[in-house]
Amino acid sequence: MSAGTNYLTHSKGLKSWLFTLDHKRIGLLYLGAVATFFLVGGFFGLLIRLELLSPTKIFMSSDVYNRVMTLHGSVMVFMVVIPGIPAVLGNFFLPIMIGAKDVAFPRLNLLSWYLLMLGASIAVLSILLGGVDTGWTFYTPYSMKSADAVTTIVTGAFIMGFSSILTGLNFIVTIHKLRAPGMTMMRMPLFCWSLYATAIIQIVATPVLAITLLLLIAERVFGIGFFDASVGGDPVLFQHFFWFYSHPAVYIMILPSMGIISEVICTFSRKTIFGYKAIALSSVAISLIGFFVWGHHLFVSGQSELAGAIFAILTVLVGVPTAIKLFNWTATMYQGSIKLDTPMLYAMSFMALFLIGGLTGIFLAAMAVDVQLHDTYFVVAHFHYTMVGGVFMGMMAGLFYWIPKMSGHMYNEFWGRVSAVLVFIGFNMTFIPQFIMGSRGMPRRYHLYDPKFASFHIASTIGSWVIGLGFLVAMITIFKAMRSGKAAPANPWGGTTLEWTTSSPPIHENFEETPVITGRPYEYN
Amino acid sequence: MSTTNNEKGIVPAHHFDSVAQEEDAGIQGIWLFLATEVLMFGGLFVAYAIFRGMYPEMFHHASKYLDTKLGALNTLVLIASSYSMASAVRSTQKGDTQKSFNLILITIACALIFMTVKYFEYTHKFHEGLFPGANFSHPGADKHLGLFFGLYFVMTGLHAIHITVGVGLMVWLLIRIKRGDFSPHYFIPVDAVGLYWHIVDIIWIFLFPLLYLIG
Repeated sequence: MSAGTNYLTHSKGLKSWLFTLDHKRIGLLYLGAVATFFLVGGFFGLLIRLELLSPTKIFMSSDVYNRVMTLHGSVMVFMVVIPGIPAVLGNFFLPIMIGAKDVAFPRLNLLSWYLLMLGASIAVLSILLGGVDTGWTFYTPYSMKSADAVTTIVTGAFIMGFSSILTGLNFIVTIHKLRAPGMTMMRMPLFCWSLYATAIIQIVATPVLAITLLLLIAERVFGIGFFDASVGGDPVLFQHFFWFYSHPAVYIMILPSMGIISEVICTFSRKTIFGYKAIALSSVAISLIGFFVWGHHLFVSGQSELAGAIFAILTVLVGVPTAIKLFNWTATMYQGSIKLDTPMLYAMSFMALFLIGGLTGIFLAAMAVDVQLHDTYFVVAHFHYTMVGGVFMGMMAGLFYWIPKMSGHMYNEFWGRVSAVLVFIGFNMTFIPQFIMGSRGMPRRYHLYDPKFASFHIASTIGSWVIGLGFLVAMITIFKAMRSGKAAPANPWGGTTLEWTTSSPPIHENFEETPVITGRPYEYN
Repeated sequence: MSTTNNEKGIVPAHHFDSVAQEEDAGIQGIWLFLATEVLMFGGLFVAYAIFRGMYPEMFHHASKYLDTKLGALNTLVLIASSYSMASAVRSTQKGDTQKSFNLILITIACALIFMTVKYFEYTHKFHEGLFPGANFSHPGADKHLGLFFGLYFVMTGLHAIHITVGVGLMVWLLIRIKRGDFSPHYFIPVDAVGLYWHIVDIIWIFLFPLLYLIG
């Protein structure tokens, strides 16, 4: 290897990217894919909001509206927020942060990317076949009867599930077997802990999604009867199966984001993390408790009241480890030397928005309140506060934080900050009205609605344009920093974790020689 | 590349420090993968438990339509195949690759016998109109029986897919053995396929009594 090359210049040509086994390049492949899916999913989201400007039809028929709504949900959930942070930033930084040269199984890692691409292509094929109108949850019995391309999109989601399982498997083995000398579990950066907790869910929950989707396909193709009441099956069983995966899956999405927030808060407050152990283990606690809360999606599906009460209590319990994190981050910032660079702005947005998302989750966990709020815009707003306010804010914080390391160029700080402010304002404009109209009875997924909700919908739609603009500015800023900009030093933020000890961008093997770790991360004082 | 040769001349992949570390990682990966297999079938076993709880008499009645003798034969065949597979792994570890080759051939033969028996069972069911769920058309029987056959075909069908994949993996092992890839110092793939084969067998050990022997 000649001196002075990095992972980007190590080898050249399209083939060197499509067949790369380097975790850093695979991370960038994922970044390209996820950014593209995000544009598609975001476009569908903006279309929905545009149509909802008026209580009556503007430019979409109800059939088209249902399909656009399904695509927005499916693309964003299965193709953006699930692979988003672990596959992009996790792939790139997990090995570096534990002092390894790569993930444990590089070929499996590349295979995971191709599986995501294959699954996504099949899912996109369903659009060409006329679209799907079931909603991203594919509830039976409607998904069994719908004449649309349900089988196609579900096959796509099934394949993407394997991509997620294999990534999780790779990360667990990497963390167990490839830590550098002296890098004990309790010395790992908190982002690695959050990826570890995420990987547990990916491995334990995703196979259940696989069998659920397989059964739905078998139901449509062979009529096996599991979810068909006319032959003695039970449509609600699908809801149980689906949420046994899909509830833990929201922790697949949020945990890595929380990991990023821990990194960013420390670095930009110049403070040792407050309560390292509590934050690390609360990630694992969230992933474990998260398996026993799925019934809160079925409070009005004929589940027994006892089961409902148990699920309600367990759901509220998830709030405890989550609050532990928020309190510890706040305590970390206390008397810190805070710098409001773009990553920190996004991290603080996360804390504010996720707090609202988390607290409204407690409302929904209360059975009596949920009967009123179930299937209303309140749920939509709660979900977006956790997924956009949580996952996307963390993802953006992480991208701005690490882009100098990934590309070797600094991003434009001014435009980064503008994007953070725009997204924050636009997001609240879009979703606060949804909380209000939801609590007043506006049902979710409706194309035509009662005119008394029109003013809330108009405010929400205008807000969606501001978010759209904010994310566009952010994406352009990041894209430009990928290619050009001021050269980034090895450690632009004064971070203390291992990725800042190697060059920007890192060399092919990450480190000149394997680092030896002698203490905990975040030793600022 | 900073790779270190150990005394046996086996070189670990570039991101591992030693062959032992690489082996550890491989074995842990395989066990995690097997856990996902158990969880995937776990969903089906849950469905089985729920429907059997709902219709205990129907399950009792429906299992009489299955051929216990053929099921028992297949169980014996798979247990024998597990033994030959375990012996194949042992032979590879001891360096007797020819013996290992033959034992894997025997395992493949067992798998093919299993699939042949399954073929005759399935065609017989189709002939009788014992289709899954909505397509159930056996004359004079309760239509809920279709739910049992939905479970039967999905559970044994997914299992049969795993057997087929196993045959493919074993053929791959045969090719690699012929190429001289394995030695007492490097045999992770044989070990891994062996573990996979055992889990597929164990799943059948649960399927057989739950489907065939409850009548």
